Amino acid sequence: MIELKDIEKTYGSGPEAYTALKGISFSVDEGEFVAIMGPSGSGKSTLMHIVGCLDTPTSGTYVLDGRDVSTMTDDELAEIRKDKIGFVFQAFNLLPRTTVLRNVVLPLVYADVEPHEREKRATAALLAAGLPEDHFGHLSNQLSGGQIQRVAIARALVNDPALILADEPTGNLDSKTSLVVLGTLQTLNRTHGRTIVLITHEPDIALHAGRIIRLKDGRIISDEKNPAPRDATRETALYDDATV
Amino acid sequence: MTTRDLFEETHAALSANKTRSGLTILGIVIGIASVIALTAIGQGAQNSISASIDSLGSNLLEVMPGAVRMIGFGASSGRGSAKSLTPGDETAIMGVANVAAVSGEYSSRYQVTVAGANTNTTVDGVNGSYAGIRNISMDQGAFITDSQSLSLSKVAVIGSTVATDLFGTDATSTNLVGKNIRVNNMQFTVIGLMATKGGSGFGSQDNEIFIPLGTALQYFAGTGNQFLSTIDIQAATQQSMSQVQSDVTALLLSRHGVSDPAKADFSILNQQDLVSAASSVTGTFTTLLAAVAGISLLVGGIGIMNMMLTNVTERMREIGLRKAIGATKADINRQFLAEAVALTFIGGAAGVALGWSAAYAVTAMGIVAAQVTLSSVVLAFGVSAAIGIAFGWYPARRAANLNPIDALRYE
Repeated sequence: MIELKDIEKTYGSGPEAYTALKGISFSVDEGEFVAIMGPSGSGKSTLMHIVGCLDTPTSGTYVLDGRDVSTMTDDELAEIRKDKIGFVFQAFNLLPRTTVLRNVVLPLVYADVEPHEREKRATAALLAAGLPEDHFGHLSNQLSGGQIQRVAIARALVNDPALILADEPTGNLDSKTSLVVLGTLQTLNRTHGRTIVLITHEPDIALHAGRIIRLKDGRIISDEKNPAPRDATRETALYDDATV
Repeated sequence: MTTRDLFEETHAALSANKTRSGLTILGIVIGIASVIALTAIGQGAQNSISASIDSLGSNLLEVMPGAVRMIGFGASSGRGSAKSLTPGDETAIMGVANVAAVSGEYSSRYQVTVAGANTNTTVDGVNGSYAGIRNISMDQGAFITDSQSLSLSKVAVIGSTVATDLFGTDATSTNLVGKNIRVNNMQFTVIGLMATKGGSGFGSQDNEIFIPLGTALQYFAGTGNQFLSTIDIQAATQQSMSQVQSDVTALLLSRHGVSDPAKADFSILNQQDLVSAASSVTGTFTTLLAAVAGISLLVGGIGIMNMMLTNVTERMREIGLRKAIGATKADINRQFLAEAVALTFIGGAAGVALGWSAAYAVTAMGIVAAQVTLSSVVLAFGVSAAIGIAFGWYPARRAANLNPIDALRYE
């Protein structure tokens, strides 16, 4: 599915050059749920940009879904993002003053999907992300933080991408809502077989993934399977019991 | 991305900040409206001046006597005072090629009286062809004829102002033909009333009395003093005017025995010179108005650019997000350009409407008959679309070239 080999990324040149990634190699298979963890300054944002085809590496190769994307031009990268990757960001996921449905339809607009097909697919994605149907016409400022992330997940899903890339999707949420969002991602991974890469700095969040890659100073310091990932849906239920 | 999507995105973006969009559009509205209204006013002024000049007569040349030639350093009595044009000159001019009509003129001011009223006005002795040369039409009766001139008839055609002065304010609606008037104590019978011409800016013919040329020369000039005040010549076509002018000049020089054209004892006024002088004045005037309007259009365009640049900065994260979900440079470029063009297009349409109304209002108020030309509307629309593209291009390009990572991180 994705394969990174000796990825390096250097910003600037000469004596002021700063190398953010110093030879990263790993691969992710279809249907995996991988968490990339590390403190700030570890290079995890830079890695996210490269995995998300927002940026290209200085050296090394990156093959996504059978295509080498490491030397692509800006417009080619835009095509790849459109077809292969669904993003969920920490904040500013939705366009302001725009309905939930239109936000989810937007990737389909750029992908030139037929207008009558768009709404059907957006509705399906929103339902899969667990947003109630009566919220579809709401504007983004009428939604709670958790609902916004669900809409963002639906938008990430709608193009049927090879990879869902979630960059600190719970960073702005309280613990309970975080679990709800993680639960949504886990369901997509388990029942729909979606490949998910989750970037986070919180160990609690990373423990919900099936595999955890730890970064430090631009290098991978560990890459381990997590044989017993935490189940966010069950935790949410416990949470309810505890608070009630 | 279909055209409809582009429209939807543009509509959403522009209605997101209605005040700002509205004010930006207002800049364009004012620019376009002033271009349309001011060129319409300029065009209207040009038309009214041309019409005034045309009402003097068409393809008209006027021969006037020169100054009285002096011996030594005597005081000059000024051009037009010399007695150099004779009825013989008039007859000779009829033989020049491309001359359609000629009328000699003997004019002077006299006291004109009727019972109970009197006025002092210009009395013009003319031939029958004068009416055709000077575009005179009649309200009552008929104009002077050549036979009346030959028979020295004491008949008169009066202008509407003279009629009002002599016969009262509602004189033009009563029958004046057959009434008697006294000109310089000689009795004349009114045979016609001229249609009102209005002021032409070059003297009004409404305040004149016309009598047969022969009569004027006989009774007012006196025998032995048979000189004409002017000779009016109508050329056959506009193109032949300069040929007629030079031929008449040559003819009169030889008839008057003047060998040096610089010492000619007459001068010829060409109506075409008047027309081109007037249209060059109004043309300059229109250009000046259009230039002022053009400046306001330019300011409006800069307003659009300013708004679009602010937009790009404000919507940095939106641009980043759109790029992350697959918008290409071309998509972003098109979206921002569409917004700028939509602003100018709406502004252009409203501006045309406003400019048109302004021109209509100016006409309705009777200031000048402003004329909106199709070309100015097309030009204004074209210019507004061009301004949208020109001033929207740079902000759109800036948006399109944003790095998605920087755009997403922008705070």
